[in-house]
This record gives sequence, C-alpha cells and structure tokens, in this order.
Amino acid sequence: MAIDEGVVKHVAHLARIELQPGELEKLSRQLQSIVDFIDKLKKLNIEGVEPTSHILPISNVLRPDETRESLSTDMALMNAPCRKGNFFSVPKAIE
Amino acid sequence: MEYEPVIGLEVHVQLKTKSKAFCGCSTEFGKEPNSQVCPVCLGFPGSLPVLNRVFLDYAIKVALALNCTVQEKHKFDRKNYFYPDLPKNYQISQYDLPLSKKGYLDIVVGDKTKRVGINRVHMEEDAGKLIHEEDTSLVDFNRTGIPLLEIVSEPDMNSPEEAYEYLTFLKSVLGYLDVSDCDMEKGSLRCDVNVSLRPKGVLALGVKAELKNMNSFKGTKDALVFEIRRQEEILREGGKVIQETRLWDAKLSETFSMRVKEEAKDYRYFPEPDLAPFIISAQKLEEIKKNIPELPRQKLERFVKDFCLSEGSAKILVGIKKDADYAQSCIESWEGKDKKPVVNWLIGPLLFEANKRKCGISDLNIPGGNIELINLIKSAEEAKISNLAAKGVLSESLDTAKLAREIILEKNLYQVSDTESLDKIAEEIIKGNPKSVMDYKQGKANAIMFLVGQMMKKSNGKANPIVARDILKKMLTDGG
Ligand SMILES: [Zn+2]
Repeated sequence: MAIDEGVVKHVAHLARIELQPGELEKLSRQLQSIVDFIDKLKKLNIEGVEPTSHILPISNVLRPDETRESLSTDMALMNAPCRKGNFFSVPKAIE
Repeated sequence: MEYEPVIGLEVHVQLKTKSKAFCGCSTEFGKEPNSQVCPVCLGFPGSLPVLNRVFLDYAIKVALALNCTVQEKHKFDRKNYFYPDLPKNYQISQYDLPLSKKGYLDIVVGDKTKRVGINRVHMEEDAGKLIHEEDTSLVDFNRTGIPLLEIVSEPDMNSPEEAYEYLTFLKSVLGYLDVSDCDMEKGSLRCDVNVSLRPKGVLALGVKAELKNMNSFKGTKDALVFEIRRQEEILREGGKVIQETRLWDAKLSETFSMRVKEEAKDYRYFPEPDLAPFIISAQKLEEIKKNIPELPRQKLERFVKDFCLSEGSAKILVGIKKDADYAQSCIESWEGKDKKPVVNWLIGPLLFEANKRKCGISDLNIPGGNIELINLIKSAEEAKISNLAAKGVLSESLDTAKLAREIILEKNLYQVSDTESLDKIAEEIIKGNPKSVMDYKQGKANAIMFLVGQMMKKSNGKANPIVARDILKKMLTDGG
C-alpha cells in the first residue's frame, strides 16, 4: 500500500492531530516504511495460525456485579478545563 | 410504479445490572450529574476495565432468546471517534468477533406471522449525556459505561407496522427475560432506523436514510410513514434520495436532514488490549438456557392451541409476562370448554379498565379475585345481568373495592327472566305499538328488535333480552 500525503492528512484529521510544516513529508515517509514492513508479513504463510487479538494467554476475566464508591463530583471535575454546576462544560457540539 | 419500503432496525438497549459494564459505578437513573463516575469510566490514564459477569450472562440470555448463535470466542474492540460524550475518545464495542450472530424474531402483524432476521447481538458501553445550552454543551458522564446491547435486524421489514411490531415483540422478549426496563422515554431503549425504497419486484436496495431521535414506538412508526412518503415523492418526480441521517421532529411530525457532511465512517476498529477474549463453554450456554422462561412467541402458540384463541387475541394477552400469567390463570378458572367468553373479557373490559388506570390487567386487583371475576363473566354469559351492566359492575368494583355480587344485589341488576312478569310487559308493548306489530307480521323480521328495545326500556333495562324476544315471537305467532 502506498502512503501519500493525502492518506497522512486524513489519518491526522481522524486523530485530531495538527501537523507542523515539514511533518507531513516526514511522517509520510515513516508511515510508508511501517506499512512496507506489514506488507512483508502479508507474504508469510499463516494458514492454520489463529489471529492474535491479545498477547497474554488468558480469557474470561470477569468481576461480580457489585457497586463500588465512585469519585466525588468535585474530584471528577477537578481538572475540567471548564465546569458549569456539576457538569463538564464544552464548546457547543451541535448547530 | 409501486414502491416497496425496506426497513432495518438497530436497537440499543441498556441492561439493568447494578454496576456499570467495566467498573463498579452505580447505574441508577436520575442521580446528580457526574456523581457516578470513576477513573475507569472517565478514561483516566492507567485505569483498567474489567467485564461485569452479569452483563455477559444477560447478553447471552438475550442472544439465545433471539435464536442467535453465540460464538465460542468473542472479544472487544475499540471504536474510535471524537465526541464530547465519549471521554476515552473510543467506545468499547465489538466488531469482527461479536458475542453472537444470525438469529431471528417472529412477529405477528395483523393475524400473520413474519420472521425477521437478526444480524447480530453484541455488547458495548453507553456514552454520556449532553445537554445543549445557548453557546455551550454540558456533559454528564453518569451514563458512560452502562452496559448496552446492540441488536441489529436484517432489512426484512417492509412497512411501518412491521417495524412497530418488531419493536413491540423485541420489548416483550426483553421484558420476559427481565434484563432491561426498555423505557424509550428514559432512554433505556433507543432505536435507529434505516429505510429505503425500491420498485416492487426489484431485488437491489435503494439509497437509504437513517432516522434518529424517535422517543416512542409510535414515534418510530410515524417517522417511517413520513419518511416513506417523502422518499416516494422524490422518486416519483425522477429525483434521487440522498444517503443521510435525518432527525424525527415529533412536534412537527416530520423528519429533517442533520445537514452534516457525511464522511465515510472510519472508526479504525482494533482489538481492545485491556480486555482479554472470552470463551463461552457449551455448559455455560446450557446453564443460561435453563433460566430462560417460556417466551412470548411460545406462549402465544400455546394459547392458540390450548385455548383456541386467534393469533390476534393471543398477541394482546402475551405481551407482558405477569399479565400473560394472570390471563392464563383466568382462562384456566373458566370451566367451559369454549374459552371465548373469558378471553373477550380479558381483552375487552379488563384491558379497558387497565388502560384507564395505566396499569396491566394483573395489577387491577379485582375485589374477590379470580372467582369473583369468573362469576361476573358467567352472570353476563348466562344473561342474568346485561353485558353493559356487567362492565359497569367491574368498573365500580375496582373503584370502590366492593365485591361484584354485592354491587349487583345493591343495584338490583339481575335481569328479569321469569316469564310471568315479562309476559305482562310484552302484552303492554304489543298493545302500544301496533305499527311495529303489523310490520313484523308482514315479514319485517327487524321490527321485533324494536319491540324488544321497548321492553328493555319499560323494565329499566332489566328484561333479559333473549327471553323477551322469545316471548314476543311466541305471542305474535300464536296470536295469529
Ligand atoms: Zn466508573
């Protein structure tokens, strides 16, 4: 897969990353080499190999349905950039 | 050209566990904003989610009840997007290895059964709640992390009525399983609709619109009726439907475009590294299966078979489990082989009284219980009291907590069936209405009903109409 600057711009937008001048070219190059490496893996014969979704050989980690004390509202809101009453206040998200 | 709507539903339902999906915060509704939050559900760095065991059990229960295949192995994935109601900037959901796939739900529309395919049932977490003010949005994260099931239907429905019945049957099943409140107004059940039109007989799907913001089943049906008409008008004028999300405005009764640039959805799903996969054993499935009660569909079929009900009547009775159980106990208390009288009372006067009181028929608490109800129905059936009077007695009994038979005695409602007193009234009526008598004798059979009516009037409604008619007939025939 070829990584052009359009792809990098798109991914940066999805991740809400603002690119500095010069970074676009540099990142395109770096991302290309990563993708090239993945392409190399694609050539291997992986028949019969189960896809890995988790690296530890564990499963079924569960907890009982019991409530535990939550944070106090003040604690939860302590680092909020903007607070209004007991709410987090953010720039309006709808027109 | 005739168009056929194609409808698919995506239902999100909150499960009523005590604690959230991945942390110990309470799920209680209506608490102070941001009072049920912790580092896990707020997505603080270093916190780790652990799956709630009851969430998993409930999810499997629902999947099995919807005839889905529960996958032996399933896992969670991160669905990445930015929105202020999502503190982690990803939602824990399931993508390529969901809990379950390929089920179905049988619904009854009119008197016909239709099978609607279920594409998948998967687990995810709910997002927070936004309140929009003049120039800010306020965020409450209490809802963040509440266990959510996504139930995706196949696009198998072809009318707003079918969509409505699908929602009704789905809610009924979830109610029987006792895993969710399913309250659309409180948001514990939410529904997105995909709808497109295609010329009848054509297989390829048309361009669809996604409808959101409906807050009742009826609203969903109304939104569909409007949207189908809108799309049909566009197509008839040779235009093209645009793929977009539209919001339902219940006040204006119309859908309107959200007017946002619809980018191709790019959620960049990847496996959630903080949660190990889940392996569901056959034994676990058996265990959960054992705890699934008889479901509305089976109950409906049993009622139809055992009590000779129509599917339509049975459908009304099986919707809510405790009401269905109550109906069954009433039907079984009725001695006769023909259960119609008691069934007609259950879906007639009883349901009417229950609706009036905004409760179910099992919540009515009829004074004297089943026996009193059965006796009342019997009295009406044997025409000891009139049907109208019997309905009034039920209503008054519920209002005053008096026994039905006491009210009947107090108000002297027993119909007069003894021929002696009715003979007298009949004679008077025949004398007083020569024209109708003549009409009847000349072959106008209906004239007798007028005379019966006059007898009812004369007796203050207490004459047994069947006996009265027989007496009149006899007198008019014998009398020559
Ligand atoms: Zn929490």
